Amino acid sequence: MRAGKWGAGAMAPVQLMEPMEAMEPMEIDWTDAIFAVLRDWQVRQVAYVPDAGHSELIRRCDGADDMRLVPLTTEEEGIALLAGAWLGDQRGVLLMQSSGVGNCINMLSLARVCRFPLLSLVTMRGQWGEFNPWQVPMGQLTPKVLEAADNLVFAVDAPDQMGQTVAAAARMVFEGPAQAAVLIGQSVIGAKSFGK
Amino acid sequence: MADTTDDAMNGTLDRNRAAAYPLHRREVVAALLADRGDMLVVAGLGAPVWDCTAVADHPLNFPLWGAMGGAAVLGLGLAMAQPGRRVLVITGDGEMLMGLGGLTTIGVQKPENLAIVVCDNERYGETGMQLTHTAGSLDLPAVARAAGFASAAGVRSDNEFKAALPAIRQAQGPAFWSIKIRAEDTGIGAMPPKDGVTLKDRFRAALLGTA
Repeated sequence: MRAGKWGAGAMAPVQLMEPMEAMEPMEIDWTDAIFAVLRDWQVRQVAYVPDAGHSELIRRCDGADDMRLVPLTTEEEGIALLAGAWLGDQRGVLLMQSSGVGNCINMLSLARVCRFPLLSLVTMRGQWGEFNPWQVPMGQLTPKVLEAADNLVFAVDAPDQMGQTVAAAARMVFEGPAQAAVLIGQSVIGAKSFGK
Repeated sequence: MADTTDDAMNGTLDRNRAAAYPLHRREVVAALLADRGDMLVVAGLGAPVWDCTAVADHPLNFPLWGAMGGAAVLGLGLAMAQPGRRVLVITGDGEMLMGLGGLTTIGVQKPENLAIVVCDNERYGETGMQLTHTAGSLDLPAVARAAGFASAAGVRSDNEFKAALPAIRQAQGPAFWSIKIRAEDTGIGAMPPKDGVTLKDRFRAALLGTA
């Protein structure tokens, strides 16, 4: 059955495109909680490499007149972008999947050495119930890499922790300033299964 | 003076031509920063930092002692946050190549106040003058144009540079220039502060009145 999944060809891409209506209402709630924090801090630049777990938040930010969505080609661009934003007196946030944390390692030096505020919201793969073993190495390394780079790391493993955790991280980031990442667990997002 | 061993190692790259380019980096950057007004300047890792500091250690320079590949996109974040100010990124070809995807990110956002100048000596100057991809057929302005920049051009002579200067200051962005400069060792000379917090705080204080 598993071997046949990829062999079936059309099956996986079709299910990847599954619309947002398939998500459970609870997932919308935690997106609301994050969005409210970004509003509280007047976040203006929303840099992202997309992940399915961030898709609703990206949609919400896209609908906000005073938020600029900045799609990136690689996550490290977001570290540099938000440094420039802060030099110009705007706050920002970086949305990425855990695999993207690995792309950021050297650029995190910029935020650390200059003490730029950096708020990263990381949707986890390879962490909890992952079906794709290729996601597991970077997923398991994500908190270690961030801690090694002196980021504050906050894990959220239940939707009702989201609002208070993102608010706590944002306060330390923007009032510190500090670099912090909130790791949004697969138990919150739902482990991706491509419909299986 | 062709070195056949190096030629073989570097494939199609040309190790000779940049030694004869007429423009010199220090003179180019001095002209870029003359009468700079309230322009905000980002200097990419390596020689562009020394070039900019040789003109003046200005608080509205943000020199990068690291973050290779980040200069252009840092300029994007700054340009979007300060749409009323001209933002000029001065960087090198090696630094630009490490963040080439950033040109496409800029091409999506299209900030009208952002100009990027690559001082292109076709070398990694800080590490022993090894050849970069621009020593081959790579056409950086063509990349910028394809990415959606409002204008992008290459500059190879003094006359072309003099003609380009007003546009580098004023043309609607995002605008991109590759200025071919002679491959030469100009040394380091004056250095800006190394402390990142100092650089950040003095920039914000000069721009915003508060760090």
